[in-house]
Amino acid sequence: MEHKQEKAKGFAGLLFMLSVMTLYGVVFLLNEQLARDALDYAGKLLSRLAPVLALVFILFFLSNLLIRPAWVRTHVGQHSGLKGWTVALFGGMLSVGPVYPWYALLGDLREKGMRSGLSAVFLYSRAIKLPLLPVMIHYFGLAYTLVLVAYLLLFSLLNGMAIEKLLTR
Amino acid sequence: MFLGILPVIVGVILLTGLLIELLPADQVAGWFGHNNFLDALTGAVAGSISAGHPVSSYLLGGELLAKGVSLVAVTAFIVSWVTVGSIQLPAEGVLLGWRFALLRNLLCFLSSILVAVLTVATLGLAS
Repeated sequence: MEHKQEKAKGFAGLLFMLSVMTLYGVVFLLNEQLARDALDYAGKLLSRLAPVLALVFILFFLSNLLIRPAWVRTHVGQHSGLKGWTVALFGGMLSVGPVYPWYALLGDLREKGMRSGLSAVFLYSRAIKLPLLPVMIHYFGLAYTLVLVAYLLLFSLLNGMAIEKLLTR
Repeated sequence: MFLGILPVIVGVILLTGLLIELLPADQVAGWFGHNNFLDALTGAVAGSISAGHPVSSYLLGGELLAKGVSLVAVTAFIVSWVTVGSIQLPAEGVLLGWRFALLRNLLCFLSSILVAVLTVATLGLAS
C-alpha cells in the first residue's frame, strides 16, 4: 500500500515537472529571451539550494534509519499533546531553506503517524525566520517585529488547530 | 522517497524562475495605493503569488512603505509571502494531500490579512 502511494506520488511529480518543461517550451517559442532568463534564474536558484537539498537528503536518510513510527506517534502523533505542538512550532522556526524539500519530510512523518495539524503548525511557523529578524527590525522597528512575531506564533497554533478540525470533518 | 520528490523540486524551481521573470518586484509596487482594506487584500494576493527568499519580501515591503503604501498592506504582503505557497501548491498537494494543501493555503491567506490588521492595531494601541 505504502509502495503504491509512493509510486503514485513519483508519477504525479514527474508529470508536474514535464508540464513545467512544456510550459517553458511554449514560452521559448513566444519569447526566447524570457525563457532563457527564467532558466538562468532557475539554474542559479538550484545551485543556491543544493546545500539545503543535501541537508534534507541527510535528514531523510536519518529519519528513515532512526525514526520509527512509534517515536513519531509519541512526539508528534495523535496523543503527543503539548510536546507535539512545541516540537512542531520550534521545528518550523528552526527549519532552513525553501519549503518544498520539507513537504517531503513532513509527508514521510505523516505516513508514520504525525498529526496533520502539527504539519500545518510547522509550515506556518517557518514564517518566523530567526536569522532574518535583524533585517526586519532594520526596516520596520523592534516593536513591530516583536508584535508580528507574537501574532505569527499564535496563528501558527490556531491554523494547526483549524486544519485538524476541518480535516476530521 | 527523496529521489521520488526530485522531479517536484526541479519543477517548482523552474516555475519560480519563470514567475520571477514575468512579475518583477518593481511592477508589484504599482498594484497598491487604494484604501486600507483593498491594499491589505492586494498585499495578501501579491505576497501569495510572489516567490523568492523571504528577505526579498522585507526589502520590497520596506520600499513599499517608503513609497507611502500602508503598513497593513505591507504586513499582509510579507506575511502571505512566507505563509502562502501558491507556486509550491502542486508540490504540497502531491506530497501532503490536496485537501490539506488547499485548506492550509486558504487559511494562511485569510490569516495574513488578520495578522496584518491585528499587528497594526496593537501597535496603534501601544503608541
